[in-house]
Amino acid sequence: MFKYSFKRFLAALPTLLVLMTLAFFMMRAAPGGPFDQEKTLPPEVQANLDKKYHLDEPLVKQYGRYLFELAQGDFGPSFQYKDFSVNELIATGFPVSFRLGVSAIILAFVFGTCLGTLAALRQNSLTDYSVMTAAMTGISVPNFVMAPILILVLAVYLKWLPAGGWNDGAFKNTILPIISLALPQIAYISRLTRASMIEVLRSNPIRTARAKGLPERLVILRHALKPALLPVISYLGPATAAIITGSVVVEQIFGIPGLGRYFVQGALNRDYTLVMGVVVFYGALIILFNFLVDLVYAMLDPRIRY
Amino acid sequence: MNRIQHLLVLCCTLLLVTACGGESGGSNSTSSEAGKAGNLNRPVKTTMVNTGERHSEQYLRRGNGSEIQTLDPHKAEGVPSSNVHRDLYEGLTLEARDGSIIPGGAESWEISDDGLIYTFKIRKNGKWSDGTPVTAHDFAYGLQRSVNPATGSKYSQILAPIKNAEEIIAGTMPVESLGAEVIDDYTLKITLNGPTPYFLGLLNHASTYPMPAGFAADGDENMFRAGKLISNGAFKLTEWVVQSHLDVERNPYYWDNENNAIDKVRFFPIEDQSTELKRYRAGELDMTNEIPFEQFKWIKENLYDEFIVAPYLGIYYYGFNLTKPPFQDNLALRRSLSLAIDRDIIANKVLGTGHIPFYAWVPKGVLNYTNAIQPEEALAKSEREAQAKELYQQAGYSKDNPLEVEIRYNTSENHKKIAVAVAAMWSQVLGVKTTLVNEEWKVFLENRKQKQVTQVFRAGWIGDYADPFSFLELMHSNHGINDPGYKNPVYDDFLAQISVEADAGKRRQLMQQAEAELLKDYPVMPIYSYVIPRMVKPHVGGYEPNILDHVLSKNLYIIKH
Repeated sequence: MFKYSFKRFLAALPTLLVLMTLAFFMMRAAPGGPFDQEKTLPPEVQANLDKKYHLDEPLVKQYGRYLFELAQGDFGPSFQYKDFSVNELIATGFPVSFRLGVSAIILAFVFGTCLGTLAALRQNSLTDYSVMTAAMTGISVPNFVMAPILILVLAVYLKWLPAGGWNDGAFKNTILPIISLALPQIAYISRLTRASMIEVLRSNPIRTARAKGLPERLVILRHALKPALLPVISYLGPATAAIITGSVVVEQIFGIPGLGRYFVQGALNRDYTLVMGVVVFYGALIILFNFLVDLVYAMLDPRIRY
Repeated sequence: MNRIQHLLVLCCTLLLVTACGGESGGSNSTSSEAGKAGNLNRPVKTTMVNTGERHSEQYLRRGNGSEIQTLDPHKAEGVPSSNVHRDLYEGLTLEARDGSIIPGGAESWEISDDGLIYTFKIRKNGKWSDGTPVTAHDFAYGLQRSVNPATGSKYSQILAPIKNAEEIIAGTMPVESLGAEVIDDYTLKITLNGPTPYFLGLLNHASTYPMPAGFAADGDENMFRAGKLISNGAFKLTEWVVQSHLDVERNPYYWDNENNAIDKVRFFPIEDQSTELKRYRAGELDMTNEIPFEQFKWIKENLYDEFIVAPYLGIYYYGFNLTKPPFQDNLALRRSLSLAIDRDIIANKVLGTGHIPFYAWVPKGVLNYTNAIQPEEALAKSEREAQAKELYQQAGYSKDNPLEVEIRYNTSENHKKIAVAVAAMWSQVLGVKTTLVNEEWKVFLENRKQKQVTQVFRAGWIGDYADPFSFLELMHSNHGINDPGYKNPVYDDFLAQISVEADAGKRRQLMQQAEAELLKDYPVMPIYSYVIPRMVKPHVGGYEPNILDHVLSKNLYIIKH
C-alpha cells in the first residue's frame, strides 16, 4: 500500500508539470494582456507596469521565474486583486468551496444511493418511475435555473432563508447553495445506483444468498450494496473534484467567496498568476481525489489489491 | 420501509411542484394585482425624496458591482473601487449631493488670474483615521505617488495638467519636480501647464487623494487592508473579505463627523444583477448598484416607488475603422449608415430601459453645456431614410451591389440585441449585408485597437469628470481610445485651444465647435446616452442622483422603519 502510494505520488509530478506548462503558455497565447483596457495606456505607463510584474522579460525566463517561485510555495501576486497574493486568495477561497463541495457530495451520496436502491428494489413500480422521473428532471434542470428558483421561493417570497452571501459561513447561508450543488448529483447518483443494483440483484451470489434463506434486508445490506456501490464510488472522485472546482455558477448566483469565481474571473481578466495558481491547485486536488478513490476501491472490491 | 418510501417519493414530487410554481411566481402572481399595471404608463422616477425620523441603527448595505481590484487609491480603476474610495478618502475638493464642487480637504483656494496657479488652504481640523492631522505634505505626497512610475498607476495620465507630471510619468524627471509645492504645513501650491477649468473637479478623483507622507512607499503592497489602511474621509476600513463583503465604519476624527449620520456601511460585491435584485428584494440590501436590464419593465410595474433612473455621464456608440476600406475616405457611406439607424427604436423599443436616444457626442446633462446641433436629430424618419439611400448610392453601392460589412461587439446580450437591430435597419433601408461578430472582451479590444479586421465596432465611454472635454479629448488623433483612427488637424487644433482657454464662455463655444466638427466627419455613430437605474429602499434618506453617479454614504441616512 505504501509503495503503491509512493509510486502514485511520483507519477503525479510529471502530470502536474505538463499541466502547468500547457496552462502557462496557453494563457500567454490568448490575445490581450492583464493591463489591456478600452483606453490604451501611454507607452511609458505600460512599460512601468510590465516592468513591475516582469512581463517585459522573455516568456521562457518568466516561466523559469514562475517555476522557481512555485517551488518555494509562492504563487506570486495577483494582477487583478492587487492587494493580495494568489496564495492568500486560494487560502481564503478554497475552504469555502471545499465546505460547500464536500457537504453537497455527502448529501448527494446519501440521498442518491437511498433513492437508487429503493427504485431498484421496486423496479417498474410507481416508486421507481417517480424517483427516476425526478432524477431525470434533476439531471436536465441546470444549476443556474434551479438556484434562482430556490432563491425566489425560499428567500424572496417565504423569507425563510437568506438570498445570498456567505456571512462568514453561517449555516443558514449554506443551505441553498449546498442543495443547488447536490440536486443534479443526487439525480445522477440515484440513476447510477439503480442500474448497478438491478444488475447485482440478478447475479449469482445474490441468488445464492436468497436460496440460503437469508432475510431480504441482510441480502441487500450485506451482499448487494457493496458491489452495487462500486460504480458510484468511482464516480465520486471526479464528482467531488468537479463539484469543488465547478461550483462557479452557484458561487456567482449566491455571491459566495469561493475559489471557482477566481478561476473564471481570472481567465477573463488575463490574471496570469491567479489562473496558474488555481490550475495547479485544482490539478493537484483532482489527482489526489482520484488516488483516494482507488484506495477506497481496494477496500470494497476484494479482487483489487495493491 | 413502505412508509419511508412514500415519504421520499412525496419529497421529490413536492420539489418538482415548488420548482414549477416558482417559475411563474415571478411575473404572473403580481401583475394581476390592480393598480400596479398603471405604473407601466407612468414615467420612471428621476429623483427621489425619502425623509423621516432617523432609525436608531445607522447601518447601510450597498450593492457594489464587481469586486474591487485594490484599495490603493493611486492604483485604483473602475466604478466599484471609486465608490469605496469616496467613502474612505477625501481629496482637496469634494462633491455636494448634486455633484457641484465644494471645499473638502482644502477649506479654501485661490486661483491666479492666468488660471495656472492654485493655492489651497488645507483644513486645520482635518485628521487621519488614526488621529494625526492631515497636512499639505500628505496631499503633495499623494500626487507624487500617483505619477511615480514605480507605483504603476494606470490613471496617472489624468494628472497631466499639473506641471511636469507627464515627464515624471515618462521617467525623464524626478518625482520631486512635480508642480505641487508645500508652502507650509497647511498651504499647498499647484502649478499647471495651462488653464484647466475642470481642475477643481479632478481633485476629487482617487488618484489625487492624500496619503500620510511615506505610507506604502513602493513595493509595500500589504498596506491597503483593515488594520493598516489609514484614511482621511468620513469612514475607515474595518473588514475586507474578498468576494464577500467590505465594511467601513465611522471615522470619529473626520472633520465633518457631526454631519455624518451613518455608522457603518457594508459594500457587497455582486457582479450578477439578477442576484443583486433578489438580495435586495429579500431585504439584504438597502440599495443596489444597478438592475438587471431585462427586468426593467417588471421592476417599473411592481417596485415603482423604489426605482430611480437618472442620467449618467456615458455614451454608447458605434465606431468605423477609418484606416481601411470601405470606410476610409468615404464620408457619404458613413453618413448613410448613421442616418439609417433609428435611435428611438433602439433606445425605446429594442432596449426599453430608459436610455436616451442620442445623436451628439457629449452626453446629456453636463452642467452649463448645450450639445452642438446635430442635423440628423431634427429630421423625420422618412427624411433620414431618403437621405441615407441617396448617400448610399453616392458612395457607389446599390441593392444589386450591396455593402458587405461586419459589426464587431464584445459578448453580451444587450450588445447583441443592438447589433441585430442595427443590421436589420441597414438591411431594410439600404440592403446592406451585415455579419455580426461577437468576441470575448480582451480579444475584442485587441482587434479594435489593431484596426486590421475591425470594420464597425461597438464602444462606450463613461466620463471621468463632468466636463465635455472628458469626451471631446477621446477623438484626439493621439488619444488612447481613438479606435476609429480619426485624424483631423482642425479638430486637434480646437482641442489645443480649449485646453488653454481661460474664459468659460469662450471655452464652451470652442467645445461646441469641436463637437460639431467631429459629428460632421462621422468617425462614430452615437446611439444612446446612458442612464443609471437603481433600487433604493424607502428607508434610505438623503439620496440624490447626479450625473457622475457619485453617491457618498455620508450624505445618506437610515429612516426609522
